[in-house]
Formats: sequence, C-alpha cells, structure tokens
Amino acid sequence: MKLRLMVNGESRETEVREGESLLYVLRERLGLFGSKNACEQGECGSCSVYLDGELVCACLVLAGQAEGSEVVTVEGLSEGERLHPVQEAFLEAGAVQCGFCTPGLIVAAHDLLSRNSEPTEAEVREALAGNLCRCTGYEKILTAVQMAAETTP
Amino acid sequence: MTTTPTRTRPSASRTRGGIGESVGRPDGVPKVKGEFEYSSDLHVEGMLWGATLRSPHPHANIRSIYTSDAEAMAGVFAVLTHEDVPGRKVYGMEIPDQPVLAWEKVRYQGEAVALVAADHPETARLALGKIRVDYEVLEPVTDAETAMSEDAPKLHLSGNELRRVDVRHGDPEAAAEVVVEGEYEVGMQDQAFLGPESGLAIPDGEGGVDLYISTQWLHVDQDQVAESLDLPPEMVRLTLSGVGGAFGGREDLSMQIHACMLALHTSRPVKMVYGREESFHGHVHRHPAKMRYEHGATRDGKLTYVKANLIFDGGAYASSSNAVCLNAATFACGPYDVPNARIESHMLYTNNPPCGAMRGFGAVQVCFAHEAQMDKLAEKLGMDPVDLRLKNAIEPGMKFPFGQEVPYPAPVREILGRVREIPMPDEQEAMGRDLRELPGGVSNTTHGEGVRRGVGYAVGFKNIGFSAGFDDYSTARISLSIEDGEPVVRVYTAAAEVGQGLVMVQAQIARTELGVENVVVEAADTRTGSAGSTSASRQSYVTGAAVKEACEKVRERIFELVRDEFGESDELAIEDGNIISDGREIAPLMEILDDGEISEIVEFHHRATHPLDENGQGDAHFQFAFAAHRAVVEVDVELGLVRVVEIATTQDVGKVINPKALEGQIEGGIAQGLGLALMEEIRIQDGEIQNASFTDYLIPTILDMPPVKMEILELADPEAPYGLKGVGEPPTIASTPAIVAALRNATAMELGRIPVRPEHIIGIPKKPPDELPQPESSRYSGIGRLEDRRET
Repeated sequence: MKLRLMVNGESRETEVREGESLLYVLRERLGLFGSKNACEQGECGSCSVYLDGELVCACLVLAGQAEGSEVVTVEGLSEGERLHPVQEAFLEAGAVQCGFCTPGLIVAAHDLLSRNSEPTEAEVREALAGNLCRCTGYEKILTAVQMAAETTP
Repeated sequence: MTTTPTRTRPSASRTRGGIGESVGRPDGVPKVKGEFEYSSDLHVEGMLWGATLRSPHPHANIRSIYTSDAEAMAGVFAVLTHEDVPGRKVYGMEIPDQPVLAWEKVRYQGEAVALVAADHPETARLALGKIRVDYEVLEPVTDAETAMSEDAPKLHLSGNELRRVDVRHGDPEAAAEVVVEGEYEVGMQDQAFLGPESGLAIPDGEGGVDLYISTQWLHVDQDQVAESLDLPPEMVRLTLSGVGGAFGGREDLSMQIHACMLALHTSRPVKMVYGREESFHGHVHRHPAKMRYEHGATRDGKLTYVKANLIFDGGAYASSSNAVCLNAATFACGPYDVPNARIESHMLYTNNPPCGAMRGFGAVQVCFAHEAQMDKLAEKLGMDPVDLRLKNAIEPGMKFPFGQEVPYPAPVREILGRVREIPMPDEQEAMGRDLRELPGGVSNTTHGEGVRRGVGYAVGFKNIGFSAGFDDYSTARISLSIEDGEPVVRVYTAAAEVGQGLVMVQAQIARTELGVENVVVEAADTRTGSAGSTSASRQSYVTGAAVKEACEKVRERIFELVRDEFGESDELAIEDGNIISDGREIAPLMEILDDGEISEIVEFHHRATHPLDENGQGDAHFQFAFAAHRAVVEVDVELGLVRVVEIATTQDVGKVINPKALEGQIEGGIAQGLGLALMEEIRIQDGEIQNASFTDYLIPTILDMPPVKMEILELADPEAPYGLKGVGEPPTIASTPAIVAALRNATAMELGRIPVRPEHIIGIPKKPPDELPQPESSRYSGIGRLEDRRET
C-alpha cells in the first residue's frame, strides 16, 4: 500500500507492506536512519520522533497510523550545518559516547525544553526516564540538557 | 573531577588538541544529527535480509532439518544449514567449540540452526517458521554444580570442566585467630549495548566478501570467518561500521559468518540485524558465579589466609571463559597482602547461554565476594571497614598470591584514604521530600517513613590487556603529508571505536607527537594489521603506544630531513606545523615535506606475560588498575526499594588523556556496576531465558543513576605510554560491592547475592510457608507486617 506523510517538512510518499512500523518506514523506506532500533518495543526511547507534535516511539506506531501525519525526526532538528542548541549541548557536555541513544535523547530533550524552558533536575530526570543509555551513566546527559536550557531562547 | 598532579613528562609540543585536553569527538556531529552510520543502518540497492533460526530447547538432539517449504516461499533466496558451511564448522576465540550452525545437537536455547535470506525482513521471519527441525529433547544441565557431578551428561567430548585454575600460596594449612566465612552469588548480567548485532556482507564477485560490521576486534573475526568460509583471510575483508556499544558482548562472533555465507550463496549483499530478543540469545553474557570464602586474620586485623572456591557457569560454549577463570583465580583475594591462600577457580560447561566477556570479567565477581568478606571481618573484629582495608592494602614490591611482584604504582592505600575524605552528601530529611527523590520514586508508597540511609566502601583491581602468555599487540600506520597546503596526519589502525573515544585518543597522541593539529583517524579495517581487541581496557595503552611509536618514527625522519637541509644539531621539535630548533622556528613542515609523504608502521607488543604454573604462580599480567568506591544509599525497609544517593570514587589512571572522556568512562562504568548491584540479571529457568527484552531485563535509567564525585590520581606507570593506565573496567568492579555494603549498612541484612532484589532486602523467604496462615491462626493478624515477612 501507499503511504503519504510529511517528514521534516517534506512531503514523502512510499510503498509500505502491512505490519511495517513507522520506524521501519523512516529507516528502510525513506533512508532516515537517525531514529534508532534498539528495542523496538517502546522501552528504550532511541526511536523517539514527533508525530503531529507529540513525542512518540516510532517503533510503536504502525506505518498506516501515520498516514497524512507530520513527522519530525532528529534529522529535522538541525538546519543544515547549524546544529540545534540541544545538539550543541550534547557535544559540549560530552554526553555522546557510542551515540546510539543520542538521537532519541535529543528529540526527547528538545520536547522537554519546548514545554518547560527551565526544568529542574528532577523534571529532567523524569522526562528522560524513558530513554535508555548504556554508555554514559547519564551524568553528562543531565548536564547537556541543563546547558541547552540556558542557551535555548 | 579533581586530579592529583604527580610526575608528568613534558609534552612534545604545545599544539592544540593534544593529550590532556577534553577534545571533542570527531564522530560527534554526525552522531547528534542522526547521520552516523551504525552497522544496522547499512543499506545498498538490491540487498537481501538474513535471519537466523534458533533452537527453542537448551539441550536436544537434532534428528533432521526440513527446509523445502521455506525454500519454496516467494521472496526467499536461500535457506542454509550446517551442510552449507564451506569450511570449519565451528568457531570460537579461545577454543573453536561452537557450531556455526548446529548439527546433531544443540546445547543452549537460542543456538543457531539455520539461516534464511529473503527480500524483506518479514518474509525472512516467516520463512524461518517454515523450517521444520525434528528435535529429540534432552534434559538440560542447568547449573555449574550439577555439571561438576560424575553422573552429569557430558556436554562436550572434553567433559564438562572447561577450565580449572588453582592458586596455592604460602601455608595451605594456615590457621587464624579470627575466621569469617561467606557464600556469595552473582547473577548473569547482560552487556545490553543498545545497537543490535548487525552488519552487511557484500560478495565481491570473485569468490571473496566484504563485511561491514560492528565488532570489538576485526582481525579475530576475520580469522574465524575465513576459516569457516574456507577462504584465505585476504578474501574476507572487514571494515568497522558504527558500533552501538560493546562492553565485551561483541568480542565473539554473532552474525558475521552467517551473513557472509548467505551473501556468497546468493551472490547478493545481505544485511542482518538482530531484534532485542534475539540479541539476548545472540551474544555471550557475564558469568554467573557461586563463591565460597573463608578469611582468617589476627585479632588486630592482619589477614592470615584466604580460602576460596569459585564456581563459574560458562554456559554451552567456551568463548573467553579461560581468561575469566584465570582472572578470577588471580584476583580472588582482592588488592590485599595475603600471606597464605588457596584458591580453586572452576569453569563449567552447562546448557545455559554461553558466557564470555563483559567489562571487568572475572574481577567483578570475586570483588563482590572479597569485599563482602572484608566487611564481615571488620564487623567481627570491631574495626572500621576502611581501616581494615588500609591495614592490609597491598603495596608495590610485595607479591600477589599468584606470585607476581606488585609493580609500581599500586596506590590501594591512597585511593581508599582519599575516597573516604571526599565530602559526604548532605543528609536530607526524608519526610516531606519530593517523591521523585525517595527510594522507588513516584511509584513508591512512602512519604519518607521507613527510609534508612547506609554507607559502604569497596576497592577493586584488574589486569589491563591480555595476559598469561598471550602475544598482545597493536599495529598502527601513521602518514604525514601536505594536503591543500596544510600538513595532515592520517592514522590507520584496525582498532575498534565502540563509543569509548579511542578515535579522540589516537588523534590526541598524533597531535602531541607530531605537532600537527589536523589529524584524521581513518576508518578501521583489516587492511592494517591487527590492533587486538577493544576490551580489557587495553586500547589506549596498546594501540596508543603503537600510534605514539609510529609518530615518533615519522618525527625522526622529518628531523633527519631537517638536519640534512639545515645542518641543525640542536634539539628539534614540531609545534603547530613548524620545525622548532632551540626555541625558534626554522621552517614550516610544508617546506620540509614538499610533496612527499612520510609513513611509518609500528607493531607494538607490550611486555611479555606468562602462563600460571600448576600452583597458579606466574607473572601473568602486565598492568594493574585500581579504583575505590563509596556508596551512599537510602532504603525503604518496608518495600525493599533503593535509591542510590551518591557514588564517590577514586581511581588511579596514570595519566589523564582526555578528561571528559575519562569522566564518561567512570560514570558509565559505575552505572553498569549499579545495575549489577540492584537490577540486572538474565533470569534463567531450566536453561531458558525468561526476560529477553528491555521490558523485563532492567538497566539503570536516568532516575536510577546518582551523581558521581570523583578524584583522579595520576601516578605514572613507567612502562606505559605517557604513564597511562586502562580506565574502562575499574569503575565497574568495586562500585557494585560498595552499593551492596551500603545496603547492608542500612538494613543489617546479609545480602550475599547480586542483584539484590527488594525481596532480599526485606527478607521474604524463597518458598511460601508449609502451612498457610488461616483466619483463626495466631499468625494471621501478622500477615504483611515487616517482622512477619522476615525469614527466621
């Protein structure tokens, strides 16, 4: 079947097979590999994207459910060479190691800061509790989000 | 992070981005933009998807495998079994005992039996369901102690004993004034790297294959893949793809041979990506252990002897079990001066999932036990637990129980003393606190009542690099040339960047040694000689040394050119791309190099190590790293929920190469130590994994991880490049026992098993009572009360 959706501001159309998730379509059909496939059951947050403005795990959305929707992925957060302040902060804080969790965390942090521009430490921890990271021990991620909160207008 | 300055060598140059600076990751921008290509992101036109059929049984004979129905499916291009393995039908890093695809027998649940290549992953999955395997199910051997018994079925021709290491030191019959005994158990931990096993194999049309893969050691993969494909190694070329974490779990093969077999069979590129459930079956885990200890000491707290019986479950195949068994035997006594020791370390084959490398292997298990013993001894002696450790701390010049002299530096006393001095976190009133900051967070029922605080200490150590006679080395090629009017250094190695930041370290070393800021670390592949494994905390040392020495050779050749041209005899240096003599610039590098390229290759071998003799004695290791931890916890003693308030740590790293990356290693390593202490365990019943998902296998989230205070010591190792020590594993070793010690301090429970679960903390018995309380019985009114739930 055919699927039409807006991805990162661009209208996209692709053939999909029944049962494919939005994550599969983004990655394998549209070539947007930034959304990651770590657990594919909504536990790790590494495939976090915006679906019509809502933060979702793309692995839990059936492709068909996204018909006509607007999707923003990690690839849609930077403007060309210019990184989003959240992305800058992750680099500056040293919050990136293997980086597999990074895109999901950046989208989730972006979402948090768009709702709450000055989150407390407890609020950051709560908001990011659905994003697993196995490398960093989260300390630098916490710092990065706090740094981004200071620089995000 | 605070650091303790010790003797440091003057750096060769003041070029920016050298060692000691928190330089950024060269792969950082693509990673934050989602553009970094991991092995699961690989894609070429016309590729097929590979999938693996795995055994549902932990132990069974294979009577037959029928593949015709699967082969007949539209979209299926190949169905392969053991008959299709062109070369050696088994693989393994230390002992090739694991079938590429099972024949005759399966020895663990999840063992690979058949492969499919299809045009869509879903087609491949459906085709797996059409393969019929006729199994004769056998009784599995599900624990190591059973495997040791005479009448247990023999799982391999060599028997069930995979390895045994005995260490005998001093007087085996030594007696002591004070004795403590203990039994300890460690559950099976998973590396739980986020990036699944994956890769892409592309046939070259001439019988060879190119494999793009995430791994920890390209060359050991290449050798094994080539053997099983019956190809010369040069026809199996491996390139490192983006690696989504490793922690030991990628040291063994997963889909490497399988993808290549499918690609060569179909003459099409084949991609394989494991799902999370498959990943739990697709890599080795941390060895579960049962450990019995007896410590003897004098009344004033000097250790007299240590006796330990260690039993490790190696699972169905060998993996790196040999090394784990040896490590455990050599570190069983902890970093203490122990005059007499008798250690037995047993490694058994069972029908459980194969176990192998995970961060800190062998040392993690015994550290949990020896540190619990030290606390127990301190309690019996009425001593402060840190004072007892200080009194027995090992020092350079002494001998380890395995006979090796303790090399300098071995700052056990210093790190313990310092970790105790790190300011304690403020005591917070539990009542009325933000619920998110109580044990269990918002899902708890307490509002602060029943919350107790505890403090615990532990110290641990481990060898860096490969030991016991292994020829451990790394290869680096450095080229220096002028590109677009600027000097550029290119670093070629086969060393796997798995997230830890080796790409930064290599570039930092090259900048420091060659005084050129523009350094490119090229993608790792098998065209450069082996770099050895990215494991055992060894790459900064071993590949670091290879890069450093190759740079030094390049530098020396430049200086020869300078001397030829300028007749300079003063000491030369390169800074910011200029040749410096006696403090003045004499020429830019560009002028010296012209259009030429200078390239040097170095194969660096560290000091030789030696196998242990029959008494477990020998110079087995070449470097030791030490770290101490203090944990502060809060426990809800009613529900057994835990909040780790803070971890403080001191670690000797020899030399800080990249401060921010070092902090990341320490914090990340502690998170894995916390996971093992409190939540991480692959639960196995009758040989079958019960929790192969991130829903059921819990790893710490940002809510579980406390702030980390750290103090770093830089006591240079005189043999190591820049004096550095490996840093990746020590944070994972003593953090676990420190947390459990803090739990014991808060609850007075024994807690001899990790991970500690809520039911252990509140002491719920393992079995229900023989007689259930009835409404009229005396115990009825006590149901649910804490004191009634405790095991008596």
